[in-house]
Amino acid sequence: MSYDVLIAGGGNAALCAAICAARGGARVLVAEAAPKAMRGGNTRHTRNCRVAHDEGNGILTGPYPVDEYLDDLMRVTKGNTDTELAELTLQRSKEIWDFLEAQGVRFQPSLGGTLSLGRTNAFFLGGGRSMLNALYRMAEDLGVAIRYDTRVAAIEVEDGFFLGATLEAEWDGDHPRSERIEARAFVAASGGFEANLDWLEEGWGPAARNFLIRGTPYNTGGVLRLMLDAGADRVGEADQCHAVAVDGRAPKFDGGIVTRLDCVPFGIVVNAQGQRFYDEGEDFWPKRYAIWGRLVAAQPDQIGHVIIDAKSADLFMPSVFPPEIDDDLDGLAGKIGVAPDTLRKTVDDFNAACRPGTFDHTIHDDCRTEGLDPPKSHWARPIETPPFRAYTLRPGITFTYMGVRVNRDARVLFDGTASPNVFAAGEIMAGNVLGQGYLAGIGMTIGTVFGRIAGETAARAISNREPAS
Amino acid sequence: MTRVDLPSLATASQSEVARQMQVCNACRYCEGLCAVFPAMERRRVFTEGDVDYLANLCHNCGACHYDCQYAPPHPFAVNVPQAMAELREESYARFAWPQALGPVFARNGVWIALVSALAVAGFILGFALLADPGALTASGDFYAVMPHDAMVAVFAPVFLFSLLALALSLRRFWRTADDAHPVPVTLAALWQAMREAAALRYFDGGGMGCMSQSERPDRHRRTFHHLTFYGFLLCFASTSSGTLMHYLLDWPAPYPWWAPPKLLGVPGGLGLVIGAAGLIWYDWRRDPALLPERRTGMGAAFTWTLLALGATGLALYWLRETPAMGVLLAVHLGVVFAFFVTMPYGKFVHGLYRFAALVRHAHEGRAHDVQEAEAPTEGRVRT
Repeated sequence: MSYDVLIAGGGNAALCAAICAARGGARVLVAEAAPKAMRGGNTRHTRNCRVAHDEGNGILTGPYPVDEYLDDLMRVTKGNTDTELAELTLQRSKEIWDFLEAQGVRFQPSLGGTLSLGRTNAFFLGGGRSMLNALYRMAEDLGVAIRYDTRVAAIEVEDGFFLGATLEAEWDGDHPRSERIEARAFVAASGGFEANLDWLEEGWGPAARNFLIRGTPYNTGGVLRLMLDAGADRVGEADQCHAVAVDGRAPKFDGGIVTRLDCVPFGIVVNAQGQRFYDEGEDFWPKRYAIWGRLVAAQPDQIGHVIIDAKSADLFMPSVFPPEIDDDLDGLAGKIGVAPDTLRKTVDDFNAACRPGTFDHTIHDDCRTEGLDPPKSHWARPIETPPFRAYTLRPGITFTYMGVRVNRDARVLFDGTASPNVFAAGEIMAGNVLGQGYLAGIGMTIGTVFGRIAGETAARAISNREPAS
Repeated sequence: MTRVDLPSLATASQSEVARQMQVCNACRYCEGLCAVFPAMERRRVFTEGDVDYLANLCHNCGACHYDCQYAPPHPFAVNVPQAMAELREESYARFAWPQALGPVFARNGVWIALVSALAVAGFILGFALLADPGALTASGDFYAVMPHDAMVAVFAPVFLFSLLALALSLRRFWRTADDAHPVPVTLAALWQAMREAAALRYFDGGGMGCMSQSERPDRHRRTFHHLTFYGFLLCFASTSSGTLMHYLLDWPAPYPWWAPPKLLGVPGGLGLVIGAAGLIWYDWRRDPALLPERRTGMGAAFTWTLLALGATGLALYWLRETPAMGVLLAVHLGVVFAFFVTMPYGKFVHGLYRFAALVRHAHEGRAHDVQEAEAPTEGRVRT
């Protein structure tokens, strides 16, 4: 079979590319490795998209100018970004709201209990899967061919020029069916490699085996590997990813948003040896949650335990799994497998170091420890009111940053030269913009902006036809 | 954390809803879709009264199922519309008065079909035995076939008993919900609930439309529901106006086309027929994932009954002066009789409980718009 544009992947970036290529007059085939019920990669688990805008619009509560967005990006990446692509992304993020709305995506005010994102992030009504459904409906209506359960098993690229690919249908079953597909352009929008534990181990060492993967199990980096093997330039490091501390009882894959735990600032966090290892009250949780994945990853067995008492039990977003509960600390220590004496000493030392203050979790309050290492700078209250509760933490990886290098046309670079017909969008090239750190909702921004660019440019590249307006 | 109050959750359907609400309360992506999720967010503990209330607040628009990242085959297996539908149907039986008739809900389709057939047969037999044979085929005068007093004597007790049963069932629902969170009945909440029920505000997937057949939203089901509901109200108004004219104005039927019973009844009957037929047609292709696993036939029994009500009523209007009148009248009265008898023991009750749930929701929204505590954050997100 022959198509104009072959797109690997089925998430936001892939669908934005498919829609724009189809609008540009191209015959488009989308190869989604997941079955239909699980389609969409990590987009399934998203809920919003960070967009620049000069004024609020009734749902977005105020302006978020490109300059401020850029400052935020520079701060979290510590400058580890391609400035040209970053500016392009943020500038064009201003178009995202209207673009997505035109595809049938609906928005809503920021969700209850969400981080302070009401001004900066556009929340999808019904979440990421609802948003995906709208994109799929639009793609289907535009005549895009979509194959589920179908992965790109091989690509033929000659000196950066794409010739064709081998698709494997029902690759997950006993009888995969291979088919060679010719296409005039290829868009790699197949996500990162966070579900590939072997690959993660290359970056993280054996600790990676204990990571939980918050997103889709289908992001195994197959196409990324094919692209790198074909000579695409690499961007980013294998250990760079968005990792948060999640509930240790979450499933290995696909746990998504419900596995988050917002209780860290209300208690103390100890490792398997019952020792504290970082300032739990350093700053507001929205500004700190993204570092706790790495902090826990550095602990023995990649495990941490949040200890809180009855005072704090209902102060944070409800968790999906109930905590371990016990009326005394020794009992609790037994339940989480920490030596009771050590835990008791850690809690006693912490309690003794807490200075009197007025607890207020909405400000940097004056409840802090003195003479304790590491300190707890805010929201430090003695842990003394039973029943005590423990939540177990594990590093949870949301997405990886290492990918292929692109230019502002979303063309993949091979030895520094832009390919005539190979494009990339989404997580597979997010590392161009997000070299390290994290900014909530920017993954969807990168995917939408570069998905559109890839689709539009691919459609233009394969034909002299004028795109339909 | 969210807690499930296990001791209070008497049934498997309640436990399943509580389990799913634990997942949903940690996710909240569906918050903008309907009333159920904001109501859920006001709770950290889910007791019997809470889950029964939430189940009856759910309008079964289906959107949250297709939008859910935890829907099967995900191991969390969240399917809120189905879990709510199962609990809702089960709760109807628990609230039923007298309790002995609760089991009627379990095989509702069979019972309602049986009662309807018996009622129709009873009227045909009664007419054949008691009515004047000449009046049966020709007169066009209903009361010549069955005197008005006889009609009142047959229908009034049944209707009044059903009203009593409905009222007592509704009280049982309200008290169960009150056990979890007591809520007074306020005018403001009633008014808000009336507007929301009249517009089917939460039968709309949050503005995108219902997703009953697939992830492609549409508004057919809501349109057909509107036609059915308002058709039914017009028919009820037609009957009521006839009663008033009979007793207050001393103006017995038959009425000319421009009299209120006809002006209200004909469009009402048309609405019922088109709406109910539309619902039957539409539900034919509903995604089985959204339906309760235990098939009680409750929905179909109700829509077919409404269709029969409207169709026989209209047929009587058009064919009154023909020889078919007698049989048609027997069939129509049989259907109406069966409808009255089964009103408290079939899908009819969904309107009552859902309205009551809307009243509770309206009050909760007004009374204490308490925000969940969040992790330390700068200021508040929402107003």
